[in-house]
Amino acid sequence: MNFTLSKRARGISFGLIVLGIAATVVGILGDHTDHHQHTWAALLVNGFFFFGIGLGALFFFALQNATETAWSVLLKRVFEGLFSYLKWGWIPLVLVFIGGSLHMNHIYHWMDHSLYHAYMVGEGHEAQYVDEAVQGAVANPNYDSIMAGKKAFLNIPFFWIRTIAYLATFVFFAGWFRKQSLQMDKETGDSLVKRMLLNYKRSALFLVFFAVFSSILSWDWIMSIDAHWFSTLFGWYTFSGMWVSAMISAVILVLYLKRKGYLPQVSNSHIHDLGKWVFAISFLWSYLYFSQFMLIWYSNIPEEVTYFQDRINNHPWLMWGTFFINFAVPMVLLMSRDAKRNPRFLIFVGSLIFFGHWMDVMMMVMPGSLGHHFHGIGLLDVGMFLGFLGLFMYTVLNTLTKAPLLVVNHPYLDESVHHQI
Amino acid sequence: MANTVIYAVYEDPEQLKDGARKLVSNGIKVKDTWSPFPIHGIDPIIGVTRTRLAIASFMFGITGTCLAVLGMWYMNIFDWPMNIGGKPSQALYKNFPAFVPVMFEFTVFCAAHGMSITYLIRNKTLPGMPARNPDPRSTDDKFIIEVRTADNHGHSTEAITSLLRTTPVFEINERQY
Repeated sequence: MNFTLSKRARGISFGLIVLGIAATVVGILGDHTDHHQHTWAALLVNGFFFFGIGLGALFFFALQNATETAWSVLLKRVFEGLFSYLKWGWIPLVLVFIGGSLHMNHIYHWMDHSLYHAYMVGEGHEAQYVDEAVQGAVANPNYDSIMAGKKAFLNIPFFWIRTIAYLATFVFFAGWFRKQSLQMDKETGDSLVKRMLLNYKRSALFLVFFAVFSSILSWDWIMSIDAHWFSTLFGWYTFSGMWVSAMISAVILVLYLKRKGYLPQVSNSHIHDLGKWVFAISFLWSYLYFSQFMLIWYSNIPEEVTYFQDRINNHPWLMWGTFFINFAVPMVLLMSRDAKRNPRFLIFVGSLIFFGHWMDVMMMVMPGSLGHHFHGIGLLDVGMFLGFLGLFMYTVLNTLTKAPLLVVNHPYLDESVHHQI
Repeated sequence: MANTVIYAVYEDPEQLKDGARKLVSNGIKVKDTWSPFPIHGIDPIIGVTRTRLAIASFMFGITGTCLAVLGMWYMNIFDWPMNIGGKPSQALYKNFPAFVPVMFEFTVFCAAHGMSITYLIRNKTLPGMPARNPDPRSTDDKFIIEVRTADNHGHSTEAITSLLRTTPVFEINERQY
C-alpha cells in the first residue's frame, strides 16, 4: 500500500515553512549582533539538528543491515524516508561554512587567519602576517599561540576537504541504499538473497566510514566553535544525540502512519522495540553527557573548565534543563513496559525529548558563537526550528509516497511480520 | 481416583505452540511447558501471569542507589570529610558529580545480583537443588507440555490424549502421582 500525503499534512508542512520564514525575517530585522551572527548561529543549530536526524536514521538503517536484523524490516521504508532528508539537508550547513570562510560570520573564530602568525608588517587592512621577525615586522596583537598550534588541523582548506568528504559519503550512501531497497522489491529467490548480502557488506563498510566521520565532523562543525577548548568525548556525545533524535522521529512517524491506517502489520512488539531504543539511547546520551561534564568538573583544569563555567553561570537552565529533559524524563516515564506500548504516551514523551535534544544542540552552538549576546531561546531560534521542521516533515512524507510503504520482498519480511516479544 | 499428569512431547517449539493453542481452545488448562530454551509467545497462550521480576529489579536497584549515597555520605562527608578534586566543599550536593559513578555502579550491582538470585530462588534452581523437569530430554531437543487432570475435572484422560493425538505430537506419557 502506498502512502498518500494528506491535504492536512501538506498544509501543516507548508504552514510551518511559511511561519518559519516569517519568524526568521522578523528575527533578522531584530538581530543586532555583529554580522547577524545570531541568524547564522540559528541556521547552524537547526541545520545541524535536522541533518543529525537524517544521519542517525542512515546509521540505524545501516546497522540493521549489517547485523541482519529481522524485526525492523517492516520499518525499513520509514528509515529510508527519514534519511532522504540528507540529500539536501547539507545545504544550510554548507551555507554557514561558506559564510564563515568568507568572513561573513564569525561562528568559527579560528577561520581568522591573523590568529596564526606571530608578526605583522603594516597595519589595519593592509597588514601582512608573517611567522618570522623580518625587517619592519612588529608583534601581532591578534596572535594566538594555542590556535597556531592547531593550524595543521584547523585551517580552511583542510576543513573544506573534510566537510566535502563527509557530505559526499553520506549523500552517496543514502542514495545507494535507497536504490538498492527499491531494487529488492523487484527481485525474488537467489538474486534477492544476493542483493541482501551485498547490502550487508556495504552497510558494514558505511559503518566504518561513519564511525570516523561522525566523530570528526562533530569536532569540525561544533567543537571548533569553542576552538580553544577540546573534549575527547565530544564526538560520541554528539553522535548519541543524533541517534536518539532519529529514533524519536522514527517512533513518532510510525505512530502517525499507524494512526492513519498504514503499516497494519506493525504490532505493539515493533513499537515496544522502538521505544526500547529511545530509552536505551537516551541513557547512552546521558552517560556521555555526564562523563564529559564530570571528568572536566573533577579535574578542574582552567582551559577545559571554562566551557562549563560559561554554561553553568550564564545559562544554567539550558545546561541542567537539557540534562533533566533528556535523562530524567525518559528514565522515569519510559521505564515500564506499558509506557513503551502506549502510543499517546510515547508521542508525548518523544516530543519532549525531541525538543530536549534541540536544546542540547543550542547549548553546544550558542554560547560559543554568541558569547554574552546569547540571552536564551528567542523568536529567531524557535521560528527557524519550525521552518526546518516543516521542511523536514514535507521531505520525509513526500519520500514515503514514492514507494510501497511496506517492502514487497525481503528474505526476513516474514520473520518481521511475526515478531513477538 | 488417582491424579494423572500427561506429558505431551513435541520436537519443535512451533508444534508445541499449536498443540497448546488447541488444548486451551478446547478449555483444557495447561499446567506448564518444559523446553531447552524460552519459547517466544507461549506465555499468553497458556496464560502465564506476567513476571514481577522487573519490579523486583527496580526495588533492588533503588536499594543500591540509596545504600551507595548513604555510604559515601557517611564515609566522605560526615565521618571523615574528604577533599574531592580540590573542592573541599563538605556537602553532599556540592560533591555530588563525583559520587554519581559509584551510585551507578552500585545500582547495577544490586539490581543484577538481586535479580539473578531472586530468579534462581523463584525457579528453585539454586546450585545443588534437585532438577524438577519431568524428562531429561527437555534440556536437549524435546519440548513438553504438562497437563494435569486435577486442573481439568471436566475432561477425562482419554479425551485429553485423543485431542493431543490430533496435533503433531512425538509421544505422550502418562504418570500417576
